[in-house]
Amino acid sequence: MAGGTLQNTGVDGAAFAGLRHRLLFPSWLTIGVLLVIPVLLMLVYSFLTKEFRGGVVWEFSLAAYDQFFFDRGLFGDEPVKIEWTYINIFIRSIVQASLATVFCLLIGFPTAYYIATRPASSRAIWLFMITVPYWVNLLIRTVSMKFLIRDTGPLNHWLMQAGLISEPFHIINTNIAVQLGLFYSYLPFMVLPIYAAVERFDFALVEAAHDLYANRWTTLRRILIPVVRPGVIAGCILVFVPSLGAFLAPDLLGGAKNFMIGSLIEEQFRGSAGNWPFGAAASMILLSLVLLVLMYYARSESRRP
Amino acid sequence: MSSVGERIKSYPGFGVLAAVCLVLLYAPLLIVMIYSFNESPSITRWGGFSLTWYVDVFTGSESSKFKVAAWNSISIALMATIGATTIATAAAIGMTRSGYWRGKSLSFALINLPIMVPEIVTAVATLIFFSAIGFKTGYLSILLAHIVFCIPFAYLPIAARLQGISSSYEEAAIDLYASRWQAFRYVLLPILLPGVVSGALLAFIVSLDDFLITNFVKGAGVETLPTAIFGAVKQGIKPNIMAISTLMLLVSVLFVTVSWWIGRVGDKSSVVASK
Repeated sequence: MAGGTLQNTGVDGAAFAGLRHRLLFPSWLTIGVLLVIPVLLMLVYSFLTKEFRGGVVWEFSLAAYDQFFFDRGLFGDEPVKIEWTYINIFIRSIVQASLATVFCLLIGFPTAYYIATRPASSRAIWLFMITVPYWVNLLIRTVSMKFLIRDTGPLNHWLMQAGLISEPFHIINTNIAVQLGLFYSYLPFMVLPIYAAVERFDFALVEAAHDLYANRWTTLRRILIPVVRPGVIAGCILVFVPSLGAFLAPDLLGGAKNFMIGSLIEEQFRGSAGNWPFGAAASMILLSLVLLVLMYYARSESRRP
Repeated sequence: MSSVGERIKSYPGFGVLAAVCLVLLYAPLLIVMIYSFNESPSITRWGGFSLTWYVDVFTGSESSKFKVAAWNSISIALMATIGATTIATAAAIGMTRSGYWRGKSLSFALINLPIMVPEIVTAVATLIFFSAIGFKTGYLSILLAHIVFCIPFAYLPIAARLQGISSSYEEAAIDLYASRWQAFRYVLLPILLPGVVSGALLAFIVSLDDFLITNFVKGAGVETLPTAIFGAVKQGIKPNIMAISTLMLLVSVLFVTVSWWIGRVGDKSSVVASK
């Protein structure tokens, strides 16, 4: 990447360089009008008053954020307490997303390393096998997981036939099912960036460490992991960020009790029972969390030697 | 020497974990595929091989609903792909052929913004936008939203390929009195084509697969395949859903395979500077 930028600084690319603005304008316009402005508008909506049939009244209000953080009783006249319902949903989402990241890392790192150390011919096949599920419809993958693990599903059926369990193993509609769904949804996102980092790793370093009497695990810990760290961090972010705002896994696998941020937000816009300013506020809080993670990533990238 | 190198490179158990990873990724999909051929309407017990549920998808009581949804999905995906790929190709040339300028990384961030913002946030923001400007949600709002989030998926493979193509080809064309359009159309585009096709295929799959954003901006009455499937799954997983899922799964696999294959063939062609 750095080499490419260096190479492009000269007269290189003069044929189309003058058209830069005209070439980039359509993408700026499309994304600016249909994403940047909408996100700013969402920020505005989070400070408006709710309309009872869905939508908003154009009147400034802090009610959405107030409802999120504080409990003033049913009629708003009791002493102010912290409202834990929504904070807890966010905490649960952060915990679930963190756990999914850890599990994906535990399986994804060895997988990526194993693939990167295969001969070039079989490496391509492995990579292809990891990439395919990445592109298969997330809804269908989540439905497949639901089908597999429900009480009357094939997994329980086989376990009972094999005599391993006598009662169906109840996973569906629990936090464990949501965790399994997140892990399963985003596992390929972990493998691919780590693979890219390990593939560029210079294994002469490993031999040098070996010559200096480091054993395999010391080499892994002191040499390999520090060098491929950017890939590991990229993988963690690619799993953590979509897990945090996931909707399908908590909705289809978690049932009504195991709410995550995504389901909370979705509910505010469903039919007339919703609360648009509250949904916009919850989305803003989610977006802020994601921006914090991305800024942390950008800083750790820029600090790289 | 090399055998020592190979030995210290490998860690015990990593191969097993890699195999576990593949099994975890494929097992649920394979099981749904197998059970979609199950004769028995009780979807857990195996009642013999049959194509009943595939026939049901095309002729059963819900088939007209699914046909309309499939048509919406495919037509939206086609138009979103054409729109997003055109915009992304122009953007990729603008970004990779312009040297350094202030705001370039901002421009890069803007083009890739749709993958960085969580999908649910994009969905909410887009719904609010269409509602605020009084734009009726339906087919057109779905299409516009799809074009936006398809842009980065089309952009990345096209830009990656452009970085590997030396600009001397189009410069030579300009030196030989080609117009810039001719230099693009007859020189750059043919070399770039594998990247454009990969990008377009990925944009098509991403559009075809989208559930969350579509579900927010579809309004009442318009369904795509994923929203129709989601609605049906809420009533319980019936065997015809597994048959549709299997068909969609095969379409995705087909597209990824073609995209991957084109990418490989493209990389092998001689004009791309090898690293």
